[in-house]
Amino acid sequence: MSSATDAPPATTRYMDALNAGMAAAMAEDERVIVIGIDVGPGGGIFTVTKGLHERFGPDRVIDTPISEMGYVGAAVGAAMTGLRPIVEIMFMDFVGVCLDPILNQAAKLRYMTAGALEIPVVFRTQTGAGRSAGAQHSQSLEAWFAHVPGLKVVMPATVTDAHDLLLASVRDPNPVMFIENRRLYAMRGELGVQPLELGRARVARAGDDVTVVTWGQSLRECLGAADAGPASLEVIDLRSLVPLDMDTVIASVRRTGRLLIVHEAVQDFGAGAEIAARVADELFDELRTPVRRLGTPAVPMPFSPELERSLLPATNTIAAAAQALKEEG
Amino acid sequence: MTAHATTDHDRSPPPAATGRQLFATMALIRAFETSVAALYRDGDIPGFVHTSLGQEAVAAGVCAALAPDDYLSTTHRGHGHCLAKGVDVDGMMAELFARADGLCGGKGGSMHVADPTRGVLGANAIVGASMPLAVGAGLSSKLLGQGRVAVAFFGEGAVNQGAFHEALNLAAIWDLPVLFVCENNLYAEFTDSRRMARVPSVAERTRAYGVDASVVDGNDVEAVQHTALDAAARCRDGRGPVLVEAETYRWHGHYEGDAQPYKPEQESTAWREQDPLVLQGRHLVEQGNATQDELDAIGTQATDRVEAAIVRARALPPPEPEEAFAHVFGD
Repeated sequence: MSSATDAPPATTRYMDALNAGMAAAMAEDERVIVIGIDVGPGGGIFTVTKGLHERFGPDRVIDTPISEMGYVGAAVGAAMTGLRPIVEIMFMDFVGVCLDPILNQAAKLRYMTAGALEIPVVFRTQTGAGRSAGAQHSQSLEAWFAHVPGLKVVMPATVTDAHDLLLASVRDPNPVMFIENRRLYAMRGELGVQPLELGRARVARAGDDVTVVTWGQSLRECLGAADAGPASLEVIDLRSLVPLDMDTVIASVRRTGRLLIVHEAVQDFGAGAEIAARVADELFDELRTPVRRLGTPAVPMPFSPELERSLLPATNTIAAAAQALKEEG
Repeated sequence: MTAHATTDHDRSPPPAATGRQLFATMALIRAFETSVAALYRDGDIPGFVHTSLGQEAVAAGVCAALAPDDYLSTTHRGHGHCLAKGVDVDGMMAELFARADGLCGGKGGSMHVADPTRGVLGANAIVGASMPLAVGAGLSSKLLGQGRVAVAFFGEGAVNQGAFHEALNLAAIWDLPVLFVCENNLYAEFTDSRRMARVPSVAERTRAYGVDASVVDGNDVEAVQHTALDAAARCRDGRGPVLVEAETYRWHGHYEGDAQPYKPEQESTAWREQDPLVLQGRHLVEQGNATQDELDAIGTQATDRVEAAIVRARALPPPEPEEAFAHVFGD
């Protein structure tokens, strides 16, 4: 874990937890660098890298041109040769211009070389609809990356996970897609004290009637739905899609007999379908109702705040879906 | 960005290879590629194979300017570069045969041969991908004080990819020790590259980024070596990236089996007359540095070496089924 000087105050914003996680990773390992657009003296457009340049210097906090194919590819090359880069892709939607280094290089080079090459790189990016950012700045594309063997996919939903999972991702010897949510940046919470390994889901709220599996920003909405009642929801924060902690999910659904999967990403062909299929495989005879999913309908995210709101899973729609499941059987 | 002091070992450049050594390296590549083309035609090697016949002087000349631990990132047409960098012939041949004992356990193949112990970060099946990776290797070298040069091989077909422009610009603004080596063989897969850009000169396009570029006869192995030694020395001195455009010609198709209907016969014939082995052999004999018998013996030695690797590879088993699941992630 981080030293005392790296530890932020007890009530911390998600963005500051990320910042502290990076600082801790850089303090404990000189090979860790931060690289990306505006990450240097500017501190990042969401101020997540603020102060790192001053503390660790321009050799370790490196501003790049707007040139994602180049610098993301370079980060992968650097990871193969001794550095441990945390590379920032400002918006997840921008992976379209730098997919090759992630998809064909980072994800596959260890495998194709039978382990001779190691690629310890963290691709930090953020998503988050709900701020009228439009169709090119709002997409949750985690399922794309979970579909590619060789990539870990991490989505922290809490302040402490923002810190701990980032540190764990940097320490991991594999390429990690680390997906933040900008609607969480200002959220406050407590920092934990235990280092955390990747691939362990968390029961965020215990309950008896319906298991609700979620990740990222949707956790807040699901907890809101649990508060709203009347159904008793067991809310599971997956934390990462790869590795996927199905044991925690299976154990819960075995008890409740009902499963609702909630995610901000488009529902069609989303990660929820994979989880639904696995639960159906494993618990077909124990389910009281069919597995349900609640994601965003398959449309590009509209600009209009009203339209956008109408599409995103929210506390009231989640609560209604859970209640309907409970009444179904 | 500041360079760290070199800490690990002596970084003096390698001594220049002799003309005979360069000839021997080219002979090995020629023998390897000739055999691989035949093996592929006969169905002994699975997958796709892209040979570098005709381009041996670029691999031999550039790699003769490199230290054993300098980084190298290359293309789908990378056998020659790997061999010239010292990658084991047996391991490479076994890999092409998809054997468990292959350099990559039979999971990489012709387009993905890699050997980090020789600085070889891999052949790469995505056109242009070698360049950003080499920039990253150059970044490691500079920031960690490794003192290594990172070489990116690529073809002129990759120069119309964004990866070329982005990588070149990054290496330039960060003053990285990256040696960009463009093998300009005139054809981007099936298409005449001279029709694909208003400015077909790779060197000219490179200079627009503030990067020094030189053009060399890519079939003259000693000229290539001389140019590469200069370029690598600049990189080692911390003067930033350099590009070398080596003009050469691809004898075979884009892949083995491509009949090349798109190439004028006269052009192919003229270039085949510029065979880099014949040119270097003639030069050595004229200079009194070798006799034709000695050159023939070098050629026979190379053929025998490759033949032994083939015999060995044929006898090896394929990977065990469970190997398919190994190395997806590291612990």
